[in-house]
This record gives sequence, C-alpha cells and structure tokens, in this order.
Amino acid sequence: MGRVDGKVAFITGAARGQGRSHAVRLAQEGADIIAVDICGQIDTVPFPMATPEDLAETVKEVEALDRRIVAVQADVRDYDAVRGALDDGVAELGRLDIVAANAGISELGIPTADMDERSWQNTIDVNLTGVWHTCKAAVPHLRAAGGGSIVITSSGAGLKGMANLAAYVSAKHGVVGLMRTLANELAPDFIRVNSVHPGVVNTPMVQNDAIYRLFRPDLDEPTRDDALDVFTSLHALDIPWLEAVDISNAVLFLASDEARYITGVTLPVDGGFFVK
Amino acid sequence: MGRLDGKVALVTGAGRGQGRAHALTLAREGADVVAVEIGAQIDTVGYPMGTPEDLAETARLVEELDRRVVAVQADVRDQAALDGAVEQGLAELGRLDILIANAGIWSLAPFWEMSEPQWNDMVDVNLTGVWKSAKAVAPHMIERGSGAIVMTSSVNGLEPGANYAHYIAAKHAVIGLMRSVALELAPHGVRCNAVCPGAIDTGMTNWQGAYDMFAGHEGGSREDLERGGRGFHALKGAGILSPQVIADAALWLVSDEAAAVTGVAVPVDAGHLLMPGINAAPVE
Repeated sequence: MGRVDGKVAFITGAARGQGRSHAVRLAQEGADIIAVDICGQIDTVPFPMATPEDLAETVKEVEALDRRIVAVQADVRDYDAVRGALDDGVAELGRLDIVAANAGISELGIPTADMDERSWQNTIDVNLTGVWHTCKAAVPHLRAAGGGSIVITSSGAGLKGMANLAAYVSAKHGVVGLMRTLANELAPDFIRVNSVHPGVVNTPMVQNDAIYRLFRPDLDEPTRDDALDVFTSLHALDIPWLEAVDISNAVLFLASDEARYITGVTLPVDGGFFVK
Repeated sequence: MGRLDGKVALVTGAGRGQGRAHALTLAREGADVVAVEIGAQIDTVGYPMGTPEDLAETARLVEELDRRVVAVQADVRDQAALDGAVEQGLAELGRLDILIANAGIWSLAPFWEMSEPQWNDMVDVNLTGVWKSAKAVAPHMIERGSGAIVMTSSVNGLEPGANYAHYIAAKHAVIGLMRSVALELAPHGVRCNAVCPGAIDTGMTNWQGAYDMFAGHEGGSREDLERGGRGFHALKGAGILSPQVIADAALWLVSDEAAAVTGVAVPVDAGHLLMPGINAAPVE
C-alpha cells in the first residue's frame, strides 16, 4: 500500500529536476499527478530551462507507474493559466490533496548593486509571486477535499544569506513568510503548509556554468570539478550535492499522514548546510 | 519490507509514553530495540514515573512484533549504566544504528521558588542525560561510519512557557547540543536531529499538576487538559496529541529517506509555534 494512495498532487516546475522527481516519487506511493511547467526560456535565466520534451518525459515516467497524470504547459507568473490548468486537472482526476510549489529559477550571480531591474523582477515573479499564485489556485480545491498539504520549495538560501544572488535569496526568504501566513489561515481547514529548504541539489539549475562561476569567481571558466570542493564545503555531511529524490522524500513525508500534525515548519533537507 | 529492516535502535525512557511509541514504531519497521528506562521515581517529579513493569510491557509488545528486544533498567544520569546498556545491546543484537534520546521529566514552580534539587534533576535528566546517551552510542556509530540520532526537545526548546524555567532551559539547550553533535558527527556520516513536540498525551502530562496548569486554577480535570490542548494547537480538531505523531516524525528522521537531513529541529506541534499566541477559536 502506498503512503499517498488515492490522493492527487499538483506540482509546478514538473518537467525535470526536483519537480519531475516529486511527480515520480508521489506516483510511486499511489498519487495521481497534475503537472505544470513553463517549458520555455526566461531570458534573464543564465541556463537552459525545461522544454516540452522534458514534460513529456515526466508524463511517461508517471504513466509507467500506472498512475494518471494531467500535464499542462503553464507559467506560474500567469495566475489564470495556473488556475485553468489546475481546474482542468481536478476536473479530470477528481480531487486535490497535495501541492508541491516547486517551480523556481535563479538569476545570473551578480553584486546586488549591479543587478538589473528585469533580472530582479523575473526571479521575484517566478519564485515568490508564482508560489502565491499556485497556492491561491489550490486553496478552493483543498478546502473541497476537507484538508490537504502544501509544500513550498524554499532553499537553504531562504534561511541564510548569500552574496551575489539577491533576488533569489529575497524570494526564498519571502516564501517562508507566505508559508507561515498560509499555515495560520488554513489550519482551521486542516490544510497544512510547510516549506523545504534544499542544500545544493544535482539538477540543471545547479549544474551549469553560471552557477560554477558564482561559486568560483576566482576562475575565468570554472568547471563542475572546480566547483566540487566549494559545494562540499557548504554541507556538514561529506557530499557536494544532494539528489532530487532526497527532496522528494521530504515532500512525500510532509504530504503523508505521517506528518499529519506538522504545519508551519521550515524543514532543511540540506546535508547539514543550515547547521554549518 | 520495513523501512528499518536489520537495524538496531536504542530508545531511552522506553517504558511508556513517547518512548514506548518510538520503540514499537521502530520495531514495526523492522528494527530490534534496546529499551532503556529508569523504572524509578525522582522525588522532585510530581507524577508517577515509568516502572519496571512498564518496561517489561514495552519489551513484550516489541517481541509481539517479532523483533528482538534488550530491556535495561538504567538512569540516563548514570554514564556507566548507559555504557552498559550499549554494551549489552551490541553483545546481543550486534550493532547500533539509531538513538532516540527521549527520556525526560517535567515539574512546575516559579523560577524564584524553584529548589536547587528541582533545577538540578531537570537539567541532569533532560539535558545532561541526552548528552550522556549520545556519548554512549557515538564511538560505535563513528566506528561504523553511519548512524542517526534523534533528540527529543520540545516546542519549549524554541519558545518559553511560564513556571517551568528549568525545563525551558534544558529543552533549549538540547537544540544547541543537537546542532553541535550534528556538526561533529557529520564527517563520520552520522546524522543528528531534534523533534519538538507540542502538547502530547503521556504520563508526564496526564496528572493533576498539568490539569491545574491548563485549567488556570487548582482542581483542574482531564477535561481542562483536553480543552487546553485544543487551544494550544492551530490545526482543526487537534487536541492533546497522541505520542504516535512524534514516533512517526522520528521514524522519518532516522530512515534513509532523511539521508540528507541533519542539524534540524522539527516541530511536531499541530501548528502551535506558527501562531502569535494561543488559538482563541479552535475548530473542533
């Protein structure tokens, strides 16, 4: 028996990385999936974003587990698109129990005083306002189900500062405030709201030249190998990065009945980034 | 297949309450258990503490789950006794993967009226006992290069409460201890985290002193405790909580699914800490 049998989960940024991993892990434990992803590029993002082919691969992997999935190309900055995708998904799958507000981007690492307006705005729009849109669209469906669990993806950088990534760090702190507000507002409906705070995770958002440069500003063209020691030094455990499934296992726990009295919590899943 | 198949867990305060819930939950998921319990009264504690009979009952329930158990009557204030329990556990069960440092006491007094023995007993059990428990298992976990420790703190490890300053101080200190242990053991592949329970229904809370505190006056009743529990928590229908909710959180923390989680204090409190005060309008 799965730990989320018969439940339906809404996942943003589901085409690849942590989002795909959440979809597959929750499906393994019995959930049907409503998946959205922008499947397109935002021009202030210094690495290739997901594609329609990536989202199709997520569909394939969930269906291979004999679970149903409704996948829609939608941008979390567009409330109507998110709402429409979710309403359609709920109409098809019958209910909504779990929300993983995962979609996120990062801007080019640059001193805060030098950051341009559009880089700032795009990151805030996706990483903070997009999470609000996701939750706002989901609340009526969770209320209709008589309860539910929202898991917001923040970051280690949602609890600690970091140089040269101001919009990202600000937005990831911002979702903690949103999480605590929603947890208060939704507790009477037995809708739980928590955030997860990953360390460095082995996904395309991290494994790219822009991030290697952020962590190795001393080198002109740093490689993954050059960044390895710096990544390792960020964690207390002797690891350069976590795998996406490590975050998915935390999302699964928070979504499951095993966490039925856990709400309003910031949960680091970070190999000891926060403790260090 | 269980989530802890083949593993061995040491649980302190295992005679009843949260400790028994931990022992049975870990056993249900496949772990053998070393169950440690003082089985005696500390005279500054105003409610009856766990007994040798309670410990025997926990052992019986673990065996009913077809797991092996080593039950040891030992006081967490006594390092030699804890070292002995670890030694006996290793001799009989072969290894030690998990520590749940759960043993704790509670008593009440305004801090300016608190006696030295009352303060010292609290700090000795709730803080120093956790240190001694971790100290007892650390060499073996370091040698094996793996392990998971969960320390029981409290929402009172993160926020104060009136009339039990010694408990608040000890539970806050456990968070500092947890973070230090997490940092020191990380290079050895051993993780350490804390759970921070809200109001839990155990022998520590189900007595006249707690009834009176929740009632706000002498002559309180079990009903006052239950009403107080609802006001203490934010979630709909969450009165005083079952020990099982803490055992479920600890299970996740010690399992491989939390392999990347260390140095973390997890509230399991039905939303108590997120409220600005108490819940004036709890939903039944």
